[in-house]
Amino acid sequence: MDAILLQILNGLDKGSAYALIALGLTLIFGTLGVVNFAHGAIFMIGAFTAVAFSKLLSFSFVTLDPVKKNFLGKPLEIQNTYLAEWFGDTVGNGLIDWAVPLSILFSIPIMLFIGYAMERGLIKHFYKRPHADQILVTFGLAIVLQEIIKAFFGANPIPTPAPEMFRGSIDFGVLIGFAENAIIYPYWRLVYFLFSAIVIGAVFAFLQFTTFGMVVRAGMADRETVGLLGINIDKRFTIMFGIAAAVAGVAGVMYTPINSPNYHMGMDFLVLSFVVVVVGGMGSLPGAVLAGFLLGILESFASMNFFKEFIPGVDQIIIYLVAIVILLTRPRGLMGRKGVMEE
Amino acid sequence: MLGLDKNDTKLLLIVICLTMATPILLQPFAEGSGMAQFNAGYPDLMQRFAIFGIFAIGFNILFGLTGYLSFGHAAFLGVGSYSTVWMFKLLSMNVLPGLILAVILSGLFALLIGYISLRRSGIYFSILTLAFAQMSFNIAYSVLTPLTNGETGLQVYASDPQYLMDETSLTSTHFFGLAMSASQKVLFLGREFTFNFGYYFCAVIAIAAFYLSLRIFRSPFGLMLRAIKTNQTRLNYTGINTRPYALAAFVISGMYAGLAGGLLASMDPLAGAERMQWTESGTVVLMTILGGAGTLMGPVLGAGFIKYFENIFSKINENVLHQWFSWMPDGLEDAVVWVLHFFVGKGWSLTLGGLFMLVVIFLPGGLVEGGQRIAALLRRMRNKSDGKSAGDKPGTTPTAAE
Repeated sequence: MDAILLQILNGLDKGSAYALIALGLTLIFGTLGVVNFAHGAIFMIGAFTAVAFSKLLSFSFVTLDPVKKNFLGKPLEIQNTYLAEWFGDTVGNGLIDWAVPLSILFSIPIMLFIGYAMERGLIKHFYKRPHADQILVTFGLAIVLQEIIKAFFGANPIPTPAPEMFRGSIDFGVLIGFAENAIIYPYWRLVYFLFSAIVIGAVFAFLQFTTFGMVVRAGMADRETVGLLGINIDKRFTIMFGIAAAVAGVAGVMYTPINSPNYHMGMDFLVLSFVVVVVGGMGSLPGAVLAGFLLGILESFASMNFFKEFIPGVDQIIIYLVAIVILLTRPRGLMGRKGVMEE
Repeated sequence: MLGLDKNDTKLLLIVICLTMATPILLQPFAEGSGMAQFNAGYPDLMQRFAIFGIFAIGFNILFGLTGYLSFGHAAFLGVGSYSTVWMFKLLSMNVLPGLILAVILSGLFALLIGYISLRRSGIYFSILTLAFAQMSFNIAYSVLTPLTNGETGLQVYASDPQYLMDETSLTSTHFFGLAMSASQKVLFLGREFTFNFGYYFCAVIAIAAFYLSLRIFRSPFGLMLRAIKTNQTRLNYTGINTRPYALAAFVISGMYAGLAGGLLASMDPLAGAERMQWTESGTVVLMTILGGAGTLMGPVLGAGFIKYFENIFSKINENVLHQWFSWMPDGLEDAVVWVLHFFVGKGWSLTLGGLFMLVVIFLPGGLVEGGQRIAALLRRMRNKSDGKSAGDKPGTTPTAAE
């Protein structure tokens, strides 16, 4: 029982990342009808805004130590961060320690802008072109974005630690009445799961309970009629593209402590996220979230030794296998709507 | 000739002449001159031209004709490579059995994947093929390690059985005694031309592959494939089951990819799982689109273009750039070099991605369409200068490349 629970928990953090990216993909697809192969790159850029922000925070100047000498006999150089200088040691270093969560605030406007610029600058011109063209141009864009990041940040993963408080693990089993040390779970993964649950909840609440969201949903159901009612639906869809980019961006920001970001992490996630979207059903937001968590958990179950003995290597292929079975038996995916991308 | 009409024969002859003369054409600059770095006439690179040309020609039969965008062709490339290396390990270093097995196995593999994937179309088809390719890649990396040697990659060891080997046979890859690495260097007018057997072997196969695709393009079967691209629903309503046609195209293009993979292994007896990664599938998509999907020459041009500039661009570094722009004022020179250095050397992928985007946005027909537009423009200008009226004949002679 505790082993099963542990696997479910293990699947949650990857599942959360899948769900957040797939949610953004589905938002774009459901509103604008565009298949966005650059969405993984957006996730990756989000992760790198966290890197950039923490670099920015730890910007430092050098002073010379009057007493100590280094091994060459010269005065020891001490790196002082500006933040510690301005706000005092506790606040300044505290800010640096919390760089990753704080960079959410930094990344949201950036991601909104990137999403907006992408839609207005490029995607807009591709609504009337075939899906293959959309795939190809966003694929090209993904390569370009990835290479730009590589040119500035290098090819190696950049470790970006979580705040001190959240490092280490929590004995999760004790909280719910299991034996000690049965279920050990890293703090940050728990944070990541809660965070993604909040983001997903916020997106759904936004669509469900605001007028803006209502109009967007109406537009997803029947764009033409909404347009005929005198509502500028294109503008709202553009904003939704920005929001989708922001969702992927913050997903990337919070993921950095789990996996040090490198320039091709977007591509790695993209392929899986597409599979998630297809399994969930193209254009279905709940489907994307459900499938994201489901596949994340399935993946972690498949990596149990028990299953690996049955079918060796099942953990490597389980997601694709599920996708193939679902596509062939339920072509619309788990919760796909009728009439969306039937062809 | 050979069942082709006049234009196609001309096209085929041009292709044959160009491929045969490649070692000369790609070596236009004298050794030691400043331009020598633009020479591309070395065997390794030319072999890649021919091999990736085959890969792209095959991909074009599927994507160019039927419009089914597969993101999983790298899987067949990998299967071809693995089976060829296995033939080296089991029989001898003769490439023929390996290539035959590569084509057969990748064909069977394509039949299986195609049968399942072609139940869906559009974006779903792309994702299904992508999923299959990633699955093969992951399996090759992990479970199939006894067959694929995992991360290390499959290679030929001295301890392998090699049942057909005897004392006289070559230990490098060969075709009935003719070693793939055998080269003849000719020095002429200060230019060094390398005539490599491996390249000519690949080139002859590439020409055969091109001829086959030419025949497919002109056949009723090719017409049917184009009809699938244009309007599949209408075909279904007229009572035609389109799936066998699409499947045949898929299998043929899978066999092309397997052949290319086998040739890669024949030139360098090594097969790694990274050949199956989906970025490799992305490369062949890039080649085909860049050159011009659905045209005969496009994929070959695209493959050559990408491989050539990949090679050239990777060699350029900041020092070279400084040399080139040394005639500029200092500040300007530094600025120009700073901007350009993102695009050369290791930044080649950035250039490629950007170029690819530009082509998809402005030239959906690829380089071939670009060439046609320029040709049409030139024709119009010539007609104007001849004082003729605007009665140029657009489209009366559709270029043979179409």
